[in-house]
Amino acid sequence: MLATLCLPVLAGCGSEWNDPYPSTERGNNKIYTSFSERPKHLDPAIAYSNSEIGFIAQIYEPPLQYHYLKRPYTLIPATLEAMPEIRYFDQSGRPASEATPADQIGRTVYRMKLRGGVQYQPHPAFSQNPDGTPRYMNLDGRQARAVQGAAGPMALADPGTRLLKAQDYVYQIKRLAHPAVQSPIFGMMGEHIQGLQALSDEIKAQIAAQPGVWVDLDPLPLPGAVAIDDRTLEITLNGKYPQFIYWLAMNFFAPVPREVDQFYGQPALRRSNVRIDTWPVGTGPYMMVHNNPNSRIELARNPNFHDERYPCQGEPGDAAAGLLESCDAKLPLIDGVVFSREKESLPYWNKFLQGYYDESGISSDSFDQAVRVTVTGDVNVSPAMAAQGIRLQTSVRTSVYYLGFNLLDPVVGGKTHEEQRRAKLLRQALSIALDQEEFISIFLNGRGQPGMGPIPPGIFGHQSGQAGMNPVVYTWKDGAPQRRSIKEAKALLAQAGWPDGRDRQTGRPLVLNLDTTSGGLGDKSTMDWMSRQLNQIGVQLVVRSTDFNRFQEKLRKGSAQMYFLGWNADYPDPENFFFLLYGPEGKVAHGGENTANYNNPEFDRLFRIMVNMPNGPARQNVIDSMLRLVREDAPWIYWFYPKTYVLQHSWLQNFKLNNVASNTLKYERVDADRREALRQEWNKPLLWPFAVLVAGVLALLWPAVRAYRSRSGLDAFGNRVRGD
Amino acid sequence: MLRYLLRRLFYAVPILIGVNLITFALFFMVNSPDDMARMQLGVKRVTPEAIAQWKAARGYDKPLFINESATALQQVTDTIFFDKSMRLFAGEFGRSEDGREIGQEIRQRMGPSLAIALPTFVIGLGLTISLALMLVLFRGTWLDRTGVVLCVGLMSISSLFFIIGGQFVFARVLKLVPISGYESNPWTAWHFLVLPVAVSIVAGIGGSTRWYRTIFLEEIGRDYVRTARAKGLSDARVLFGHVLRNGLIPILTGVVVVIPSLFLGSLLVESFFGIPGLGSYTIDAIAAQDFAVVRAMVFLGSVLYLVGLILTDLSYTWVDPRIRLK
Repeated sequence: MLATLCLPVLAGCGSEWNDPYPSTERGNNKIYTSFSERPKHLDPAIAYSNSEIGFIAQIYEPPLQYHYLKRPYTLIPATLEAMPEIRYFDQSGRPASEATPADQIGRTVYRMKLRGGVQYQPHPAFSQNPDGTPRYMNLDGRQARAVQGAAGPMALADPGTRLLKAQDYVYQIKRLAHPAVQSPIFGMMGEHIQGLQALSDEIKAQIAAQPGVWVDLDPLPLPGAVAIDDRTLEITLNGKYPQFIYWLAMNFFAPVPREVDQFYGQPALRRSNVRIDTWPVGTGPYMMVHNNPNSRIELARNPNFHDERYPCQGEPGDAAAGLLESCDAKLPLIDGVVFSREKESLPYWNKFLQGYYDESGISSDSFDQAVRVTVTGDVNVSPAMAAQGIRLQTSVRTSVYYLGFNLLDPVVGGKTHEEQRRAKLLRQALSIALDQEEFISIFLNGRGQPGMGPIPPGIFGHQSGQAGMNPVVYTWKDGAPQRRSIKEAKALLAQAGWPDGRDRQTGRPLVLNLDTTSGGLGDKSTMDWMSRQLNQIGVQLVVRSTDFNRFQEKLRKGSAQMYFLGWNADYPDPENFFFLLYGPEGKVAHGGENTANYNNPEFDRLFRIMVNMPNGPARQNVIDSMLRLVREDAPWIYWFYPKTYVLQHSWLQNFKLNNVASNTLKYERVDADRREALRQEWNKPLLWPFAVLVAGVLALLWPAVRAYRSRSGLDAFGNRVRGD
Repeated sequence: MLRYLLRRLFYAVPILIGVNLITFALFFMVNSPDDMARMQLGVKRVTPEAIAQWKAARGYDKPLFINESATALQQVTDTIFFDKSMRLFAGEFGRSEDGREIGQEIRQRMGPSLAIALPTFVIGLGLTISLALMLVLFRGTWLDRTGVVLCVGLMSISSLFFIIGGQFVFARVLKLVPISGYESNPWTAWHFLVLPVAVSIVAGIGGSTRWYRTIFLEEIGRDYVRTARAKGLSDARVLFGHVLRNGLIPILTGVVVVIPSLFLGSLLVESFFGIPGLGSYTIDAIAAQDFAVVRAMVFLGSVLYLVGLILTDLSYTWVDPRIRLK
């Protein structure tokens, strides 16, 4: 009944009654996409997860960025004129060279020249009174109410702008040290950037002296980050840290102007949840114009965006894929991006099929509907998807999932030399017995590549083919790696002192404990599969499922035995994966990221050498040696490298999966007319079944109406007293 | 009446303190302040110093209940419990652990929740009462039996099925309404609300109709109904004028108490239909170990429930003049 009443009104919506966007947006040049988790932080000093970086990477510009098309991933200038000039100085301050041994380098200086004419987005923080004072530094009641809406500070009239300065980068680096900001990388950067730790102490002292007062970071000195002039920035590191260059492409090093920090420091704005953590201000291609993190976040083209062009070079195949058609076009290619929140996968998937999202991932539930795997292993979209013009892109992510062994455990790690030898053989046997290929096929719909070591594809050091094979688990046969047999696993188990899964001395069965959190890789079906796999070699598995906090606590205290974990690359360098096995990063001893507590002095020695080497054959040799060690020692079972599957509609152009960069929306383009035409074609309302349904409901009610009317016309004796 | 109200409000204070205490104890039984810090700071590159700093910045570096290093009253007031929970009585919800003002967040999310809950409540109540009265009118006939079977059928189906089924049929196949989404403009938001409201009503018809039918069946056999019929009143007047009025007390007991809680929304409906309401706010906060939001929402829920109970008592005096609140 309700719906019937609404139908005439729905008819006023135009041809697509199910369009979730306002009719004014039809045919516009925007990208429509979604997010499932509300971003916790949009402050570039804090944001570290993909759900946060996906937004701010379109708004903020760190000095460097990754080339959109080239692989392997290549750093290029973003707001710089050229790549940073790197100079080394020895312990006594004399100039040194890149070839100087790392332990003799006293400091490294990165000098960067900013491009001219880079301007910030329009924003009220830059608005000034005629006398040059900030216009919106003391908001009155009306203004404070105005910013409480979804348009936030953008609701204030006459926003201003200004040129990007080197001082803005310095200011942001200082913010990393601010105790109230709590940047996740401060601990690490405090060791590298000269004076950052001391600056933090100074800020703390100022806060203690004047609690609640905004701290102006400008006058506080930071020797490690200095603006030589408005366009020249110099960052000085303690010693040598070659991976720092990658950090310069991350949001932590994006510019934040002092006046923006001061603007958001106003109590009236903080009370309204209008902060730099919710309303970013940058020089990037887009600016935030609507922020309701519970339903919709919208970015619009930054009218002040500097002259940046679409790349004209890529990797082989890019031209054929049409990825070079926009060569030299001014970026961004679209007017805006609309992110709608979809917490559930089903509505999200259906809206993609209706054309209301331009691209989509594929959930396990929708996999068979979306994808066909041929007998040769090729992956294509299903005929139904192909009929809609939907295309599929796949890419192996720069991530690794692994089953870790806690090497402090007496069974899988061992204390004495003999115990350690036996434990290593046991780990090797388990590495063979647990068949990742089968796991990927059953539980991931083939969306993964079996792990051969800690370094995933796309990262320097990873090799494919026989050179990249893990010889402990595989043999090379007929041009492909073949998993060693269960017989070999049993033989290793026997050598480890557990023939047929029983202690050679006591006869007690070998029982291993897997610590998991509920959900994800700890699901019951997965655990059942693992138990069956280990049963093949006579090993019993006990699953100790717990909540996330207790799981983390077990890792910290070293009381876990086996566990699943994964790591996504911060940057495309092998150091970012090998450090997970580096001794001084041991979880229990040092609180680092080496959860296996693997401690091999030779590996650590090679790690220190590899870290400071440029990519090339010499570095590859060192990496190969390190891989040999960790494959032999098997502190992890290298589970799999996940594959991303993304479906895109035919109207979405220039879309190329990128596992490292997040600022990619500026390169994408849409054929808005085609999208509009197809949306109309796919979403014509179907009325007759609805009419049948309404008629059915009325038919159900009709007997009741009839019975009531006939009852109403009878007297106490059942005689009709009123004619009808 | 006023004395009664004041007494009820006075009783509410220890109840709310108890609720706060239990929430606090349960939360910190499974989450330590260190766990909360790790959850907020992420699992990558978190140092013990960063955790200590996070706790100090938010006051989680204090003891939970008793501060033995403090003196006099400060032993109780300089604790996490007092700091975080007792301020709620002054109407200060504070900030969530990610720094957002909770009061502002609740105000923002309340509208969308009400936009679903209010029409669902009003239309659903009217519809189910009407259906129950109809079944009672035709009691013992095939219409009544069919109605009861249909109600049992509707009760047996999970509300998730209605949601997914409704989305599939009306939004995906018939393409009459959007699958999910929301707009804050009330003039355009309605076409996002039609389906979730309809689905919520249908999902609740079975149980409510059966319950009301039972209430009305007890009333329909009473003498006053026979007298009314003997006076020659029409069925409609007998049902709506007498049976409904006399059956209202048990209905109000279950209905009025939920009215204030309508603000809090519905988790499933809001999640699937993309409504940015309060339905999932508490659940999301528990998942994120955001104690500030959990305590605020539990407190708000308790206050609204107590208000609902008081309103229920007041409503009795309205439907039954014999009842006096003393």
